[in-house]
Amino acid sequence: MSDEKKFAAYICTGCGIGDRLDAGQLENVATREGRMNVVKQHEMLCSKEGVKMIQDDIDNDGVTHVVIAACSRRAKMEAFAFPQTEVAITRANLREGVIWARPDTDEAKETTQEMAEDYIRMSCGEIKQMNPPKPSGQQGRNPNVLVVGGGVTGMTAALEAADAGYTVHLVEKTGALGGHVAKLHKRVPFRAAPPGTPNTPDANLPMPEDTGIEELIKRVEENDSIKVYLNSRITKTSGAPGRFSVDISAESGDTVTENIGSIVQATGFTLYDPSELKEFNYAGSPDVVTNLEFEELTNAAGDGPIKRPSDGKEVKAVVFVQDVGQNSDEEGKLPYDSGVGDLVAIKQALYCKHHNGDDCDTTIVYNNLRTPGAPGEDFYRSGQKNGVIFTKGDVKEVIPGDTLTVKMHDKILDEDADVHADLVVLDVGMVPNSGPDPYAANESLEGMSDEERAEELEAQAEAAAAEEAGGPSVSVESILNLDYRQGTDLPQLKWGFTDSHFICFPYETRRTGIYAAGPVRRPMDIKQAMDDATGAAMKAIQEIENAAQGRAAHPRVGDLSYPTFRKEGCTQCKRCTVECPFGAIDEDEERYPQYNESRCRRCGTCMGACPVRVISFENYSVNTVGAQIKECSIPEEWDEKPRILVLACENDAYPALDQAAIAGEEISPWARVIPVRCLGSVSLSWVTDSLNNGFDGIIMMGCKRGDDYQCHFVRGSAMANERMAKVGDTLESLNLEPERVVVHEVAITDIERVPALIKDMEETIEKIGLSPFKF
Amino acid sequence: MSDLNKRMIEEYRNDFLKEVEANVEEGEWVKMCMQCGVCSGSCPLGKHWAHPPQEIFMMIRAGKRDEVLTSDSMWMCTSCYNCIVRCPRQLPITHIMHGLATYSKKLGLVPKGQPTATFAEIFWNNMMKKGRVNELKLGLALYFKDGFGPGIKEALRNKDLGTKMMKAKRMSPAEFFGGHGIKDVSGLQKMIKKAQELEEARMKKFD
Amino acid sequence: MAKYTYSYYPGCSSQKGASSSNLMKSVQTMCEELDVELNEIPDWNCCSASIGYASGSELPRLTLSARNIALSEEHNKEQEIVATCAACWLATREAAERLKEDESLFAEANQALAEAGLKLNNTTPIKHMAEVLVEDVGFDEIQAGVKKPLEGIKIAGYVGCQTNRPFGIHGESFENPVYLDKMIEAVGAESIPDYEKKVQCCGGALAFSEPDKSQEMIKGIIEAAYDNGADMIATPCPLCQANVEIYQDQINEKYNTKFNIPVVYYSQLISVAYGRSASDAALDGQLIPAKQLEEIAKK
Repeated sequence: MSDEKKFAAYICTGCGIGDRLDAGQLENVATREGRMNVVKQHEMLCSKEGVKMIQDDIDNDGVTHVVIAACSRRAKMEAFAFPQTEVAITRANLREGVIWARPDTDEAKETTQEMAEDYIRMSCGEIKQMNPPKPSGQQGRNPNVLVVGGGVTGMTAALEAADAGYTVHLVEKTGALGGHVAKLHKRVPFRAAPPGTPNTPDANLPMPEDTGIEELIKRVEENDSIKVYLNSRITKTSGAPGRFSVDISAESGDTVTENIGSIVQATGFTLYDPSELKEFNYAGSPDVVTNLEFEELTNAAGDGPIKRPSDGKEVKAVVFVQDVGQNSDEEGKLPYDSGVGDLVAIKQALYCKHHNGDDCDTTIVYNNLRTPGAPGEDFYRSGQKNGVIFTKGDVKEVIPGDTLTVKMHDKILDEDADVHADLVVLDVGMVPNSGPDPYAANESLEGMSDEERAEELEAQAEAAAAEEAGGPSVSVESILNLDYRQGTDLPQLKWGFTDSHFICFPYETRRTGIYAAGPVRRPMDIKQAMDDATGAAMKAIQEIENAAQGRAAHPRVGDLSYPTFRKEGCTQCKRCTVECPFGAIDEDEERYPQYNESRCRRCGTCMGACPVRVISFENYSVNTVGAQIKECSIPEEWDEKPRILVLACENDAYPALDQAAIAGEEISPWARVIPVRCLGSVSLSWVTDSLNNGFDGIIMMGCKRGDDYQCHFVRGSAMANERMAKVGDTLESLNLEPERVVVHEVAITDIERVPALIKDMEETIEKIGLSPFKF
Repeated sequence: MSDLNKRMIEEYRNDFLKEVEANVEEGEWVKMCMQCGVCSGSCPLGKHWAHPPQEIFMMIRAGKRDEVLTSDSMWMCTSCYNCIVRCPRQLPITHIMHGLATYSKKLGLVPKGQPTATFAEIFWNNMMKKGRVNELKLGLALYFKDGFGPGIKEALRNKDLGTKMMKAKRMSPAEFFGGHGIKDVSGLQKMIKKAQELEEARMKKFD
Repeated sequence: MAKYTYSYYPGCSSQKGASSSNLMKSVQTMCEELDVELNEIPDWNCCSASIGYASGSELPRLTLSARNIALSEEHNKEQEIVATCAACWLATREAAERLKEDESLFAEANQALAEAGLKLNNTTPIKHMAEVLVEDVGFDEIQAGVKKPLEGIKIAGYVGCQTNRPFGIHGESFENPVYLDKMIEAVGAESIPDYEKKVQCCGGALAFSEPDKSQEMIKGIIEAAYDNGADMIATPCPLCQANVEIYQDQINEKYNTKFNIPVVYYSQLISVAYGRSASDAALDGQLIPAKQLEEIAKK
């Protein structure tokens, strides 16, 4: 321990802490056992005076390490931030963690005090292993945003970023801006009917409106802060947020390299090709068209009536077949629904009414009519009001001829029907324009044992390294050509759509500083894509500023700590480089890990992966948690006071425990909770150490894993689960019962469940007896 | 059946829908049905409808003119208004069913012997005679709707009920001779005739 | 001057010797007690109820009701129209609203009315007697006048359809209106707020044309009342009253049940609770005597 370190503990007696606990005794524990240099009490530590007391000690008394024993680390975060000061801080949770979690009774008094004393001991142990985090200084501020894709999404993102004062490089692979929208006759309206609009058949309801694309293109072209690259692609992206280096190559072969701060990928979609679906006769009749082709037919009509392609006859009856090749598990079809197809069909049926007159019959054959987005149900009503016929049915076949026959089964009337039409429009879906999924091969890992999995990963890593020389051999063309250890493009969730934690962080991808927007992220309409683009542009700007200061993006917003490793201990096993959910870690020339901290989300999954425990953060490490485990008191066996270690994910499980206490739920007096950044960061050594120290049970609480994951670090919870499969061996070697260690998936709303899970462990211990390792 | 009833209707076209909009009470609402089926599930006699209201709306839009107008279904409406208050789109379903029944009757397409249609006609004629309903004559007319023989049988079946009603002074034999009525019967009849003429003039002809 | 004055539309079935003459009688008694003056609309006509639609299409049907409103506007100036029969009220209010919404229909109705020398202004509110009790008189005032609380009688409040839908009493739910239960409580009887057949259809006019289908529903209404321990059923609607009371013998015969539950009007409950005689409360109009009410009336 260096001389410059000065440790201080501050005990708050407010919010009833002083009434319920013997604060003097807590002070003794901090001084004598915790060996703090300064220990002080305050009746309201979060008050101006309380905070000033601490700040004064830091400023004038040389305090560098602070234990705040008060409320939960989730409360009063701003008061206890000390942002202008380089100081290590930890919190001992005496309020939510102790007094609110325990009943205010005489018989509970002793165990409650013991709980509080333990948290003081644990925090004092932890703080000694912490250092004040500071940025590495690796980054500078780079105000350039790269937008990939010149459609409505990309242009909107570019304009938003430019309007906010950033420079934009907009790359479009074709020769013109505008994307799909430039081909449309009109767009689905952006607004619903005003509130209070009646349901009557003569109500004033939204109608198709001008696309506004020409105006948007003009604004982009006239904007001095936006540089447009047409007929161009990204041939290489290396670096990290704040210091990306991007090669933009034109068709001519000319390549420029730009320094980029952050990236928005708005590569949109390709329309599904229905040629292979023989029953619709798309290939067999010119009068069977896709929804996009119908837009072109309408544009061709000018102010006159829409005519059919085969003989130029004015159309008098049009059938719209919905959900073509969508929502199906069959080979060659899309397993999802693009969602916007019904809005598009209503819009196009209204074209018919407008161009070809009220007596042009339009029938929309749907299976599940969906009208999400801005005009929603009002647009459906608008179609109904104008005489568009909607019928729920399955189209079996489209028979070509002078008059087309649509053979269908009407599902409401439950009968087969032939509908005659001059033109049939097929609602085909959106296929995202993503690059190759870097983890596509990992699907082969599902169901493998841990050893098999490790071997497979190793083999893949070697194959990937071998490929580097000869270039990637993927069938789908890469969009970003990322020079990353974990692949060339954004990871996908499923069906080619990019992955994000779509509940909490919809714009995030699994590559920090790269944001997906528009239909590449999920199928959506123009309005949604524009909103999406605005959100992604804001995230891109935020990341430029974060990277400039070495601050983490969320969920650990503003965190300055970053992982480093002890090179001499590293065995080059590659677990960290392979298991990082964000592809943040590359390998250097000597094949040591290279941490690219601005790509890092600070979850610590690398730390949990490291078998030789050489990876750490300044303020979070194997030792910071190890010290807490070590400092926790373990009563003698005859005291009959078990100890249950709870390793709780700080994102959901820890707040759920706080909420439980706030709601008056009782938490077992034997539980000692240690917050972890993510279950992915949990080192197996913590489990071994705590069992050796005499803990009777261990509960790990993390977020939901799997396809519909809730893990804030995407793969952390899943990784932990895989690694903990090994715990069985450890327990066996210690001759302990397997029930002593459990892993639970916990949601932030599980307020009643979390105390019950701890109670369950208490009962398990009662049944199987205390741990024999109490010395 | 007149020629009016033999229209050639192309299925899933707007022809019949337009006819309903023009000639059926509240018919302009039919296109606004979103096929949720709440009406069908709310109807107290739902199980007796060959085509519940939701289906009727779909049939109109599918152009099933004959099936709709010759259906027994809308005659199952008890006018309980459950469907109206529950319809999420606020369609006046009860009135549309009445309107379809009226239109079907006007075109002579009601199934023969449909009891509610028969009763409705007896009621209307009874009421129009004196401006108010003569319950005794209404009951008797209903019993004898199928002729004298079945009428006597039906009357006998309800004989006890009649006796009890009379004892409770809720049915009066005096009603058989004259009974209640309004003073200005002729004014009322002229008024109704005028209303019928005005309405007839509005009807659109479809061929 | 009475405390409350209305233009009154009694309807065909309320006339002397008609099926709900007991409603008329008890309403008159109730109104005497509550100081409500009812001025009958001179020469009112039938509204054509909910079955007139088949022969009387839209305009003729609306015109029938328009005539009654026009007569009221001419003879009972400035008085709100009150109906006691659900169908009368519904048809009249329906006509008033439809003719307000549709100008061309309004013009045509007036053209027809001119044939009878009448003119419709259509500015008169159309009320149900239950609205008068709930909104104008109020439960407190009803309770205040009770002389003989109907203690010990458990009553299923059967609101039925047309008093409740599509208009209903302001502020009440279509699925579970509670005003009738409150009225039952106000006169000292025990209500059954959870009576599940409260707004079930009795078949209405189809009780005549489709007796089997209707009686199946009536059976459910009575069964639920018994299941809830009701001594009697009370209703505001003349057709509900008739349908539920008079077919009990036929239902018993068909379903082998032993139904014999009295079905009374709210106005009869109030009349008895206010201390009036069995005859003033028209209890002699019951096919199934309401013995508990008769006993209280006798006291």
